[in-house]
Amino acid sequence: MEQALLSVDRVKAGRIVKESCSASSPFTCLETLVVPALEEIGRRWENGDVALSQVYMSGRICEEIVDAMLPPGDPRRVDQPKMAIAVLEDHHGLGKRIVISVLRAGGYEVTDYGLGISADDLAKKAISDNVRILLISSLMLPAALHAKDAIAQIRKVRPDTRVIVGGAPFNFDTNLWKEVGADAMGKTASDTLALVRGMAAEVQP
Amino acid sequence: MTDSMTPLERTLTAIGQKEPDRVPLFLLTTMHGAKELNMSIREYFSKAEHVVRGQEILQKKYESDCYYGFFYASAEVEAWGGDVVYIGDGPPNAGRPIITSPHDIPSIDVPEVASCKNLEKITGCLKGLAEKSAGTIPIVGVVMSPFSVPVMQMGFEQYLDLMQYEPDLFWQLMKKNQQFCADWANTQLEAGANAICYFDPVSSPTCIPPDLYRKTGMVVAKETIARIKGPTATHLASGRSMAIIDDLATTGTAIVGTSALEDIGEVKKACNRRLTVLGNLNAIEMRRWTPAIAEAKVKETIARAGPGGGFILSDNHGEIPWQVPDSVLLAIGRAVKKYGTYPLDTK
Repeated sequence: MEQALLSVDRVKAGRIVKESCSASSPFTCLETLVVPALEEIGRRWENGDVALSQVYMSGRICEEIVDAMLPPGDPRRVDQPKMAIAVLEDHHGLGKRIVISVLRAGGYEVTDYGLGISADDLAKKAISDNVRILLISSLMLPAALHAKDAIAQIRKVRPDTRVIVGGAPFNFDTNLWKEVGADAMGKTASDTLALVRGMAAEVQP
Repeated sequence: MTDSMTPLERTLTAIGQKEPDRVPLFLLTTMHGAKELNMSIREYFSKAEHVVRGQEILQKKYESDCYYGFFYASAEVEAWGGDVVYIGDGPPNAGRPIITSPHDIPSIDVPEVASCKNLEKITGCLKGLAEKSAGTIPIVGVVMSPFSVPVMQMGFEQYLDLMQYEPDLFWQLMKKNQQFCADWANTQLEAGANAICYFDPVSSPTCIPPDLYRKTGMVVAKETIARIKGPTATHLASGRSMAIIDDLATTGTAIVGTSALEDIGEVKKACNRRLTVLGNLNAIEMRRWTPAIAEAKVKETIARAGPGGGFILSDNHGEIPWQVPDSVLLAIGRAVKKYGTYPLDTK
């Protein structure tokens, strides 16, 4: 599966899933085949063995496969707690797109707040939507630092909101996520999926 | 200790794979000039003379071995008709993508550098720096590679899709971007730049696999660099380089900018005197370094990559963040003199 994904072979990946999984138990398929493949690709990206383009394409293929088994809106999808994702302040959306794909491939629904959102607007949206797990992606250092403002505003109103940050500045300074007040940092999209799973069990829906 | 070479002599000796009087330092500060002139970043980059003055002050203050004629990456997208978004504490960023559909590509006109008003301030700056340098301080001009600029032109996600699913349109865009890139690089060389930094992060194995690079970014780099009438340095802007060093060495570039995620000693070994190594202080972490940490990092980096020349100390990204304090930048300059004087004390 991993090789099919890394070589962007949609047909082969789809065939492997079809041959390995029962249509009646899509979550078992996610747990035993799709998520482990994405996790391994994430680990290999972290080690510098695979490229971001491969992580992106793998996520997209898995998202399509899982959407076919578990269409958006399917009650079996893990749609609680409420999750949202945004790119703070700039228009570099690849990281967000990869995380959405991997979360969807993991059976989760996530609200997309889009690109170029300010810290104030992000805080307002997250508070008003009662987001339980917020994912903040940033490419530029200033934006990563401004996540601190958004997190502080959210915590004033909803102190139990969990926040996961990710993106290049956090990967190059592994203490930055603590400095901005996040609960965790997703080094890779599959790392973020593991964090979401852990948090989902802890937070109130 | 007294320097016995000018910054230009020092740099050329290092690029010639020999040991100069000391390790050259390319401290690639851009926005810090605004602090020196007590201006906003927007005001600072609005006029060539601001940046000339800023670069002159910064070069002297930190004892850097180059003038850096780089304003901000999104200036090129501005030339293509895009927007630039200014913020108070970081580089001006590209606004919304100018290519909203791959099918727009055939009808996009390549901007003529000579008629781009926003690029005039950069060429004006290079002319001013050339006067200040008087042939003693290397002046670095900058282009975004034709292969990497589409991340700003259309968004990274859409660009990866283009590469994967629309090869004809991808190559059409490359041809247009190559024309602009070569024209822009040569205009900067004519204005006074001694070399061109060819920023090409998408070519890094961090972004695309090496086999895809060999079919795309490497082909583009070879063709483009051949059209640039001066020396080039390929900078992968924080991306890894090890897996494509042999390929980079065939593109005609003289220097490779390496990532803080790599062992610079290993990168230098792989370069094997074919390329000079530039790097790789962690520009993001630098923000919270103390002067003592900065000194230790410089010492370690020089020990790994300094022996034999072929090395220029710099950050790993090609732009020092606004948030990096003066105390750290001054400590880097001092440490280069302390640990980078040849022959190196490798004990």
